[in-house]
Amino acid sequence: MRLSDRARTLPESGIRKFFELAEARDDVISLGVGEPDFSAPWTARTAAIDSLERGKTSYTANRGMAALRERIADHHERYDQSYEPESEVLVTTGASEAVDLAFRALVDPGDTVAVHEPTYISYGPGIELAGGEQLTVPTHAEDDFALTRESLEAAGAADADLLVLCYPNNPTGATMTDGQLAEVAAFCRDNEVRVVADEIYAALTYGDDHASIATQPGMRERTVVVNGFSKAYAMTGLRLGYALGPSGAIDAMNRIHQYTMLSAPTTPQYAAIEALDRCDDEVTEMVEEYNRRRRLVVSRFNEVGLDTFEPGGAFYAFPECGGDDEAFAEALLEAQGVAVVPGSVFGEGGEGHLRVSYATSMRELKAATDRIAAFVEGRD
Amino acid sequence: MDAEREVLDVLARNAREDIDDIAAQTGLDAAAVADAIDALEADGVVHGYQAVVDWDRVDEGKIRAVVEINVELDRETGYEQVADRIAKFPAVDALHLVSGDYDFAVEVLGENMQDVSEFISEQVAPMPAVTQTVTHYIMETYKDGGIRFEDGDDDDRLSVSP
Repeated sequence: MRLSDRARTLPESGIRKFFELAEARDDVISLGVGEPDFSAPWTARTAAIDSLERGKTSYTANRGMAALRERIADHHERYDQSYEPESEVLVTTGASEAVDLAFRALVDPGDTVAVHEPTYISYGPGIELAGGEQLTVPTHAEDDFALTRESLEAAGAADADLLVLCYPNNPTGATMTDGQLAEVAAFCRDNEVRVVADEIYAALTYGDDHASIATQPGMRERTVVVNGFSKAYAMTGLRLGYALGPSGAIDAMNRIHQYTMLSAPTTPQYAAIEALDRCDDEVTEMVEEYNRRRRLVVSRFNEVGLDTFEPGGAFYAFPECGGDDEAFAEALLEAQGVAVVPGSVFGEGGEGHLRVSYATSMRELKAATDRIAAFVEGRD
Repeated sequence: MDAEREVLDVLARNAREDIDDIAAQTGLDAAAVADAIDALEADGVVHGYQAVVDWDRVDEGKIRAVVEINVELDRETGYEQVADRIAKFPAVDALHLVSGDYDFAVEVLGENMQDVSEFISEQVAPMPAVTQTVTHYIMETYKDGGIRFEDGDDDDRLSVSP
């Protein structure tokens, strides 16, 4: 069948190759996984099961169940974010749908969308599908991969229509402080740049609480915040996310959503209500466990000479392997059966680094870091 | 969180963690971890380190029973005195004073059912303070020490994902 130009030219994800290499072996310890190793809290799962037993299998309101939107709005008070559940919250099929809707609602053909890199791999294709053009803004190891006003200016982002901001960041684990965000916010105000802030890892920070650009002066009205249940509540497969923003943007996103998705899946919405009502303690326990793994992994990498800055969020470390990161990752997989993702997959500035996910058990992390140490020593 | 609590959280999950690994996970230095462990032991917070065993999987394994014990106290005999006498039996694995219909919940570990019932009828029931015992043999253990007893690794995530 003839395919659209759009479909034919959309590039294959760079992660695919490593997936295939890792799947081809059965002795692999994978530090390449971008999702929690925990299951969703049992009480949230039982709420989903209960809802099925009660026959709750119809559509919900386009924007999501009112009870869920209210809880989402309440929940975000902890980040000093204040949104009206009626008009400023949209429940989506994963945060991915929310990102896609934001692009479709905010980007006109030919618009320039600034994206800092290295970052999550879906923004570029999403922008392209919306008819926009990506402008890459590299972030740098010497800034611990935070986005700076200088980087934005140097890349020419003053002419951008939209900025995609992803902190805590996948793949680097970098976070940004209120002070650093203030600089970016000033740049956005000065140049009338709107923002899509993907804050899916907001609950997973170690040290400072998550800071959102939407809470900077003058930024709420120009920012769509994306978040969801996948990472914090270990619910990736339930596909539930949401967007928060000024009512005009949320209205527009909902208009597209009502034709393309109609409503987010119903069963996970029941799980999500329960998660927000009763699962804070379990999230805290998961965060504490991630934090112990994070410290172990970072200290082991630094011990063996793979320089690693201290990531403040998500569940990734981003060690520097020097030189050709793809070759390093392939050789590591071949020699030691440890799968990591080369940093260059995540765009400019990622080269010479590896994305290491510590969303795996402590025992596996120890075995994997031992194997990596042996690999590094073998190369020297 | 203070250092002792951080170390305790690690040990409570896995008592076999060595000092260097605890140091790496908590961000403390090894000497501080060793000090914290010494303090936890000296203060009677940590009483020991044991494996969580599924005795059903061991040939010539052991049988476990939960025994409810009711006692009658008098001027000379309080819960402490009774508990002290019950706890001295090596077959008693755990002993708790509980609220509700009975006084003590006792976990008894024996070679077999007969071994446990003899212990209760010959050693525990005759004690002057004990008025009643009810023995529940544990038929199957599904979870112990916070650890679910089940087979294998059920990690069915994709090995590499964005």
